Amino acid sequence: MAHDHKLEIFRGLWKFKSNVQKIWGVLAFLSLVTAIEVILGIYKPAALTGNFFLGMKILNWIFIILTLVKAYYIAWDFMHLRDEKSSLRRAIVWTPIFLICYLIFILLFEADYIYTVFKEGYMTWNF
Amino acid sequence: MDTTVATGSEESVWGGGNRPLNASYGKMMMWFFIVSDALTFSGFLVSYGFSRFKFIETWPIADEVFTHVPFFHGNYPMIYVAFMTFILIMSSVTMVLAVDAGHKMKKNRVIWYMFATIIGGAIFVGSQAWEWATFIKGDFGAVETKGGRILQFVHADSGERAALADFAVTLPEDRVKHLKSEGVWYMDEGYQTSFSLNEVVEGFKANSDILIRTETINEEGEKTVLDREGSLAKLMDATQVVEGANLIHNEYGSRLFADFFFFITGFHGFHVFSGVVINIIIFFNIIIGTYERRGHYEMVEKVGLYWHFVDLVWVFVFTFFYLV
Repeated sequence: MAHDHKLEIFRGLWKFKSNVQKIWGVLAFLSLVTAIEVILGIYKPAALTGNFFLGMKILNWIFIILTLVKAYYIAWDFMHLRDEKSSLRRAIVWTPIFLICYLIFILLFEADYIYTVFKEGYMTWNF
Repeated sequence: MDTTVATGSEESVWGGGNRPLNASYGKMMMWFFIVSDALTFSGFLVSYGFSRFKFIETWPIADEVFTHVPFFHGNYPMIYVAFMTFILIMSSVTMVLAVDAGHKMKKNRVIWYMFATIIGGAIFVGSQAWEWATFIKGDFGAVETKGGRILQFVHADSGERAALADFAVTLPEDRVKHLKSEGVWYMDEGYQTSFSLNEVVEGFKANSDILIRTETINEEGEKTVLDREGSLAKLMDATQVVEGANLIHNEYGSRLFADFFFFITGFHGFHVFSGVVINIIIFFNIIIGTYERRGHYEMVEKVGLYWHFVDLVWVFVFTFFYLV
């Protein structure tokens, strides 16, 4: 059990006096990120939906990156991974990340292939 | 093991009793479970991505599906899901506060923070149930074609969605719902749509300001609306009226969308529900002083891990189901 907490986030940019204060600070940050996501989701700025990076809309990149940021702070501060030994933390974090990246890579490429088969192949599916 | 005499540090490593990861057995097992459960959820979400990439041109737009807020009329995409997300993050915060109070052995504070966590979880599950009910009940209604595609209706002048009731006519058809009590005793007929296909088609022909919206997404990222002739021709393919969504028919578009909605949010909602039940058990254990006697509140920390994990999963479901 890790009883001593590391009381700073953003690599020391934001320091807290107590663990309770840090929790509220993280809540404020997570709420801000969620608010940004919702506002972008409602207004969908044309500059972000019209431009693509690596085949995906800039807006979707922003959503996914913000989600990973939120996941980081939930895992690091709410689940106290920040206070655990680095060997435990790495075992917990990198194992699923590796497997999930592999799964995403395989399934999305396969799906895109099936999409082209539906689109350009000789079969019809909307009859 | 204790009988082995350890002479140096190397022997004591193999003698057991040391904790290289500095985590207790219970916490380690909770982390094992969380990692494997995370893989289950990723399996669901990635297979959602698979189906979506496969039908990328016809996939429903989530903003147009989840537009309701309880007690309010009108079109408010995202607002209610954002509220649910906030509730869950908030209950995560009260959970960390409970863990923190547990480290300081402040029993009353742990009780109140756990209570707040349970309330937050209950609000979330209730909201989830309401989302399901709204989704199942449906919004505007649509017709399904022979190929299983969905055709929706819009007003030609405003471009806004038209409900079936806006234009369908009532025909003198004497179609009666088949009941077990009045027909073949082992056969039953499910839900009957409020308008028959004939009534919708006749109503469509009579109202020249109604057009058909297909599932295909155009270059502006919106669903394609056909012109009047195209709409009339397309409507001839229709085989049935669809109102709401279930595992087989879905008025919002691709039926896979409804299937994944039910599976992913259902699986997550079940996690939240079981989390609430576990929290309630721990809550009563705290009240009767189990952990006070045990000398530490590690149990609160362990259910806390599970509870934060449920929150973590929701963050991803929120992004991939509602935002992207």
